[in-house]
Amino acid sequence: MPYALTRGAAALVVVLLASVPARADHLYLSNEKDNTITVVDATSLAIVKTVAVGARPRGLLLSKDRKSLYICTSDADHIEELDLATLTVTRTLQSGPDPETFALSPDGKTLYVSNEDDNEVSVVDIAAGRIVDEIPTGVEPEGMAVSPDGKTIVNTSETTSMAHFIDAASHKMVASVLVGSRPRYAEFNKDGSLVWVSSEVGGTVSIIDTSQHKVVHTVNFAIPGVPSETIQAVGIALSEDGKWGFVALGPANRIAVVDAHSFAVEKYLLVGQRVWHMDFSFDGKTLYSANGVSNDMSVIDVAAMKVTKSVPVGHLPWGVVYGP
Amino acid sequence: MPFRRARSLLLMALLVLAGAGPLVPRPARAQTNPAPPPASTLDIVYLGLAQRPVAPESALGQPATDDGLAGARVALADDNTTGRFIGQGFALDTAIAPDEAGVLAALRDRLGKGARAFVTDLPPALLLKAADLPEARGATLIDATTSDDMLRAEGCRANVLHVLPSRAMRADALMQYLVVKNWRRVMLLAGSTLEDRAAAEAFRRAAKKFQIRIVADKTWTFNPAEQRADTGHFEVNTEVANITQGVDYDILIAADEEDNFADQLGYRATLARPVAGAAGLMPVAWSPVYDETGATQLQNRFFRSAHRVMTERDYGAWMAVRAFGEAVIRTNSTDPATIGAYLRGPKFELAAFKGERLSFRPWDGQLRQPVLLVDPVSLVSISPQPGFLHQFFETDTLGVDQPESACHMH
Repeated sequence: MPYALTRGAAALVVVLLASVPARADHLYLSNEKDNTITVVDATSLAIVKTVAVGARPRGLLLSKDRKSLYICTSDADHIEELDLATLTVTRTLQSGPDPETFALSPDGKTLYVSNEDDNEVSVVDIAAGRIVDEIPTGVEPEGMAVSPDGKTIVNTSETTSMAHFIDAASHKMVASVLVGSRPRYAEFNKDGSLVWVSSEVGGTVSIIDTSQHKVVHTVNFAIPGVPSETIQAVGIALSEDGKWGFVALGPANRIAVVDAHSFAVEKYLLVGQRVWHMDFSFDGKTLYSANGVSNDMSVIDVAAMKVTKSVPVGHLPWGVVYGP
Repeated sequence: MPFRRARSLLLMALLVLAGAGPLVPRPARAQTNPAPPPASTLDIVYLGLAQRPVAPESALGQPATDDGLAGARVALADDNTTGRFIGQGFALDTAIAPDEAGVLAALRDRLGKGARAFVTDLPPALLLKAADLPEARGATLIDATTSDDMLRAEGCRANVLHVLPSRAMRADALMQYLVVKNWRRVMLLAGSTLEDRAAAEAFRRAAKKFQIRIVADKTWTFNPAEQRADTGHFEVNTEVANITQGVDYDILIAADEEDNFADQLGYRATLARPVAGAAGLMPVAWSPVYDETGATQLQNRFFRSAHRVMTERDYGAWMAVRAFGEAVIRTNSTDPATIGAYLRGPKFELAAFKGERLSFRPWDGQLRQPVLLVDPVSLVSISPQPGFLHQFFETDTLGVDQPESACHMH
């Protein structure tokens, strides 16, 4: 029937359109002062759009299907979901008070959110958009990470100065490991054997063996001419090939490049002021950093270990995520 | 300055309450992780002299009865949260006596029972008597409330540490800011108490150090009680106008440690100039207006615990109890000598919401730290100011550095 034919053709057109790679990859930066997300074209590095979101956006995560971005809007006390096709906030998820950072389970179904003001980690069922459990932890929980096998959650607590290992099935604390002062960020290596934990006030990175729950190495940083108290380790990005760890050093305005086997610091890359967090491109060749005080994003060529460009974004950029 | 009360306590309390947002409905809490009983406990004694009730300028200035102690309580909870993960407990024993004899008797009693970790809330002379008790030799007294320069110089003691910034540090913090603003002509107005004179001397020394000119140096003698008369404000206005007449200056600095007159200088002077020191722009360690580098968390935690805003004395006691906690947790020991050595050593670091690690200066037992410059409702700046450099710690541009120190520990 002509009518059915028309419908079939229309459906075909839709399928064809959807399969065309219409969009280049993009970078998404949370601007904690502007209450916006800056969307940057990864090829041209031009700003595509600035999206208004809830108050004080900080932590960002890409969904497992890469279709949406989860945003911790700290002062709005919830998580927002940004649809990447339309660049609009489509819904909000419960998070508990003052969500700052979070981690995604490998199956993409659960978010673990640190509630800094509440000494708890909230477990959020993404599909339901609701908190399903709350796990008591140390004072001022901050950094969150999930092991690659999804079995272990790591949470850092700033005033307690510990990395807490939590069993993802029972939500019980398995071990607590003392690290440098004010631990802010945790990141598992690719095989899950180690966790890197940055300490902002201590200015160090503790490498923790996940089977023994022991610090096996402490990475120290020293930059000639830079006062040691301004070297404050925050964001960590580990390269996909397992060779390098990149550590953002906050007000030292540098990213340290650490050999992920020997833990020796190979190089310091000068970036913008107060560098917070970083993310790699999908191919791992480029690293991007959000620089809080200079209000820009640095672009780093990973193979050359050089900063190639800086891109002005919004006010007080905090998180950066590479996505479609 | 050291004994200042938080301003506008009521106003601040209302603001904080208003800021407490609606709560998201929560599921039932998961099982609490079982905490093993602590393998050992450190007893921390809060040794205080009961505060003389002072007549506040207005209803806004009423100090809380637990001013100081409330900060120690919050720090104790913080210490125990960390401690429960490693089997270490902390206990706070409050010993506040009404007079000098009572304080010394309480100290002897606690020393006799084996306590060696003390947080003190004592005036300088009494602190020295306490530190000099023969039994106190192996103890550590963390002075949580004074800013006295003498205690950090010729009056320093090997068993005493100080957490609040000294008068010298506060004065330097203010003068660095004046250099940045290029406000180089100061009128100094000092009260007549011993403390006021010490504060004025600190401002003079700092002015010289940073090449700020004191163009007028006067003493305030007006009786503070007179403002309470029904027409008192007329007299105060006249007095301030008179004393500031005939001088041109960029900023008026008040040395007034007991809040006798500093708050009455603004808007009343002959020239339209800002006020600093004990009113207006104040160099402090803590203020309810401060919410940077995670301070919001401590402000909120304190408010939930004490139902009021956190004062500088609360913050001093919080730092003191946290310092003991840090030393015990990091050394995994409650041995007094081990704790004492760690506190003074290069590895000690206190995260006290100032954006950098704080440590004790080995030469005079003073905690090095940035100093906030605040007015009653906002954070204005934080010293050291950018560009004031130091070979080791930029915070050592504030106060008395090692080469100038008159402290010879004994």
